[in-house]
Amino acid sequence: MGTPMIEKRLAPPRRPGAVEWLRKNLFNTWYNAILTVVTVVVLYFVGRAALEWVFVNADWRPIFRAPLLYLVGSYPRTEIWRVVVSLWLVSFLFGLSWGVWHGLFRSFALALAVVLSFGVFLPPPETSPELLFRLSWLVNPLLIFIGFFLADRLKLTGRTVLIGWLISFVLTPLLLRGFKGSSLLPSVETSLWGGLLVTLVLAVGGLLLAFPVGILLALGRRSSLSVVHYSSVIVIEAVRGVPLITILFMTSIIVALFLPPELRIDRLVRAMFGMMIFAAAYLAENVRGGLQAIPLGQVDAAHSIGLSGFQTTFLIELPQALRAVIPSMVGQFISLFKDTTLAVIVGITELLAIGRAVIQSDPEFIQLQAEVFVFIAAVFFVLSSVMSYSSRRLEDRLGVGER
Amino acid sequence: MTLKKGSRRLFGFSGDVPLWRDERALRAVAQLISAVLLIGAVVWLVANFIQAAEQRGLPLSYDFLSQESGFPLGESVIEYNPSRPFLYAFLVGLLNTLKVSILGIIFATILGTLIGLARMSSNWLLSRLSLAYIEFFRNTPLLVLLFIWYFAVFNRFPRVRDSLALPGPIYLNLRGLFVPWPKYTTEGLLFLVAILLGIVTATAAWIWLRRVRERTGRQTFFWPVSIFLLLFFPALAWISQGGQTITWDIPILEGFNFQGGTTLTPEFTALLVGLVTYTAAFIAEVVRSGIQAVDRGQTEAARAIGLSSTQVLSLVVIPQAMRVMIPPMISQFLNLTKNSSLALAIGYPDVFAVGRVMINQAGRAVPVFSMVMLTYLAISLFVSFILNLYNKRIQYET
Amino acid sequence: MKRRTMLAFAGLLVLALALGACSTTGGEEVEVTRIVEVTVEVPTEGETTTETVIEQVQAPGYGEVLANVQDRGRLICAGRTDLLGFGYLGDDGRNLGIDIDLCRAVAAAVLGDPEAVEIVPITAAERGPTIQSGEVDLLTRNVTWTTSRDAQWGNFTVVTFYDGQGFMVPSDLGVTELEQLDGATVCVTSGTTTELNLATAFRQLGMDLETVVFEDTASVYNAYEEGRCDATTSDKSQLLAVREGFADPSAHDILAVTISKEPLTPVVPHGDDQWLDLVKTVLWGLINAEWLGVTQANVGDMVSSDNLNVLKMLGVEGEFGQAELGLSPTFMQDVLAAVGNYGEVYDRYLGPDGIAFTLPRGPNAHWTDGGLIYAPPMK
Repeated sequence: MGTPMIEKRLAPPRRPGAVEWLRKNLFNTWYNAILTVVTVVVLYFVGRAALEWVFVNADWRPIFRAPLLYLVGSYPRTEIWRVVVSLWLVSFLFGLSWGVWHGLFRSFALALAVVLSFGVFLPPPETSPELLFRLSWLVNPLLIFIGFFLADRLKLTGRTVLIGWLISFVLTPLLLRGFKGSSLLPSVETSLWGGLLVTLVLAVGGLLLAFPVGILLALGRRSSLSVVHYSSVIVIEAVRGVPLITILFMTSIIVALFLPPELRIDRLVRAMFGMMIFAAAYLAENVRGGLQAIPLGQVDAAHSIGLSGFQTTFLIELPQALRAVIPSMVGQFISLFKDTTLAVIVGITELLAIGRAVIQSDPEFIQLQAEVFVFIAAVFFVLSSVMSYSSRRLEDRLGVGER
Repeated sequence: MTLKKGSRRLFGFSGDVPLWRDERALRAVAQLISAVLLIGAVVWLVANFIQAAEQRGLPLSYDFLSQESGFPLGESVIEYNPSRPFLYAFLVGLLNTLKVSILGIIFATILGTLIGLARMSSNWLLSRLSLAYIEFFRNTPLLVLLFIWYFAVFNRFPRVRDSLALPGPIYLNLRGLFVPWPKYTTEGLLFLVAILLGIVTATAAWIWLRRVRERTGRQTFFWPVSIFLLLFFPALAWISQGGQTITWDIPILEGFNFQGGTTLTPEFTALLVGLVTYTAAFIAEVVRSGIQAVDRGQTEAARAIGLSSTQVLSLVVIPQAMRVMIPPMISQFLNLTKNSSLALAIGYPDVFAVGRVMINQAGRAVPVFSMVMLTYLAISLFVSFILNLYNKRIQYET
Repeated sequence: MKRRTMLAFAGLLVLALALGACSTTGGEEVEVTRIVEVTVEVPTEGETTTETVIEQVQAPGYGEVLANVQDRGRLICAGRTDLLGFGYLGDDGRNLGIDIDLCRAVAAAVLGDPEAVEIVPITAAERGPTIQSGEVDLLTRNVTWTTSRDAQWGNFTVVTFYDGQGFMVPSDLGVTELEQLDGATVCVTSGTTTELNLATAFRQLGMDLETVVFEDTASVYNAYEEGRCDATTSDKSQLLAVREGFADPSAHDILAVTISKEPLTPVVPHGDDQWLDLVKTVLWGLINAEWLGVTQANVGDMVSSDNLNVLKMLGVEGEFGQAELGLSPTFMQDVLAAVGNYGEVYDRYLGPDGIAFTLPRGPNAHWTDGGLIYAPPMK
């Protein structure tokens, strides 16, 4: 009589146990249940066949016989130290970038450290001392961490690191290409470069060069001068309306027909121009989208404090537009990276071309085409996944789309 | 010349602001200067181009198009032999491109939609699997996939002598898929016309009668009527021709290859399968983002008035999602069409491949190349135009 | 305002077009860029010889390629790296093959160094555009000399390999004659005379033909080996080379029939007569050296031979046009020391002890042995 009634309350929600989870996610309706069962069965058979193929049946000799070919092609093995040093430079800069812009580069820098340290397993070329070669791969993650700590200690700014990157973009090709007549850096023709080295040169070079051109095209399209506007539109739509392979073909072969023979442009550079043109058109559209997303108030405010047209564009609009499109820029890089495989059709020895050449090199390898192509697909998949994962983290970090 | 303040003379410039500072004047001058520079540059380039071409003996004329081509083509939609002119060969290439593109778009949309819907499914396994599918194809280059399909899969099929025989009779081997195909006879044609007539009238009846039922509420039996119409005309044709419908051309192994019926070559199939599986991943993403763009409130409201899940999807969500989906869908369709140019690498004679052969055999790089580029441009612009019309129709009025 | 801008714009457009049109006239004129003075010694009766100076007008482009090569310090040849015997890569990555050796011979003649070459590998389909653009100095990649190619691609020099187009079939097909291939599927490389000849031959015989066409040669032979087609066709020398690379060479037959002439010839760009003559002279030198018995081994001794023709060819006595060609008088010594004579080049790869495979000289024997290899006198 005197005791207060304890209120009836519902039990606190239990964290779903395994059975609960299964019921909710896999078997919640009758057709879902059937689908689950069917899918599991199919997965089992397919998965087992795939794993069996990969680990038991497949003959991975074309890959293991000369893995260095896939990385650098016919780059003279006596000069391979130059590729190693370039990698060190890149790793160091990634470390610095990580140190300055923490979240943006963290996942990518760490992933890079892991991927590069796998290089330890590569068999060294005959001309290099084995231990030194293997250790040089481990220097990369070390440099990444050193860069990270250095940026922290020295309180480096973004500008410094950007300048560092710009210097490296100039230095690396020079280092790899060498100079005629030099004894320290003998000339290595780009026709000897191959494999992943060429893929990266095409993708990175193409996108970098595409930046200024793409931004100019985007600004041109927005211009009120009808001539500039229409010619930008024509260029952008024409380039976007044709396949990349036709553009590569045009720059590699057709343009060469009309240049005087003294002006012989390197084939790799020609292919890179093709990628640049293609990337510039898509970049222009991205930047245009970014420019359109800027609130009009920004431009009004800029005008009201007396900034001229040029100043408004370059100091106010572009930085905001570029910041907004950085994630899609990474997406652009990834698709450009995949599209470098098309260069095989115009005779550039990038990764896919090396794969085909390896198949040709031994009569037994003709049966092993599946292995080679699956390996190449896996390489692209791993590298692209890493990049798109990092770009997703970048998007979260930049808070894009959450305004 | 001085202008009195406030007067309107000389192209509308008034005297309020001095001419050299008037923004409209500056604009006009900038326009003119840029026009002159651009036109001048274009003219100079073109002139140099033509001069260089003449100097190198690279003719820029299109008259070679009527010459005999001389080269064979692997497959063609229309009848082709090497005595046909170059222009005809180019047309064959174009038809091949269109064939693989159209079929590719249809299948990729179906597959992509299914995968996109699977991605949104409440079944965890299905959702994760489709995520894996999408991620795989988004991160792998199409050319590598085509090589895998063609060299590692389709080239592993049994040799002609050991063809896999399926009921039909359909034969599958290294040289392709051989299926029976209707022979061209008058009875067959009439029967086909009858079938078509049946389909058309049935569909029309179905739409019309259903609309009548919606408007008036009367029972119009639109299902039975349309099914009846569907079967009526072919039955009529069958009876009037004395039991003869379509005569089939059956593939038979004669000598080196199967003769008769129609063939799906491994080149075509590998290209189609490669393009479809690749583009479906991107279309799945478009579908997913389209559906996610529809306000949650819509789904909840639809559920609240008692619509089933399927009805919610088909009557409420998808029509609204279409608005968001159409533009990216257009660009995926165009990507598929442009990606079909990779046919060169696996031996399918699409317009780019035929163009390459023509450049070599006719020696005319620039004219042929310009034709190829213009063809792709025309296809892109045409598809964009058509789909943009549809897009405008379904967009909200702003 | 907008309409007026448009009008002004249109007016300027017309003006610019008019200006542009005016500036492109004059393409008809041939610029005379070089007047070469040729000194001819006219021996007359009596003691004195009078020198008559004849002015020879050369077209623009004369001497350009040689100047470029010398400036650059290396010779750029378009070739291939995937055909055994003609252009392929050795184990150490060194370019080997008959076509490569011909390129080295020209480099030895012009630059004195057979290693001063850059081999640019290209596909069959790229041969025409590559030499038309002039981006390479020499095209040595199994190019069949045809009239249309001579008109379009460049100047053809000297036939260095007489070949014919043949067919290869699997032995178990039991085919020995071309006529038995009615209705067969044939794999062929795109952009070659092979493709055209195949179509013509089958049409001539009224036979049905299915083709599978690839851009790159490797895919063609891969597809053939896997059974995608019943036969493949190409120059017989190429078929032999490729067969060596198959998993089981003895399981494939090369039919006896030859359906076309394939004179394989190195090509130089149009527009430079001096370069054409230079390359032709080097190639003739190789052929004549075989006739005169000068080899890579004995060229040092032959400098003191008593055969006047040998001495003239080696530049010891007299001259045969080296000056006009821009070559040093003793260039043949460099050439022969580098690659040897024609027979040695051939035998190195295709001879009985050849490192590629064995193919009897046949039409490629010297004319004195009944073949077609013949060169004009070097004097």
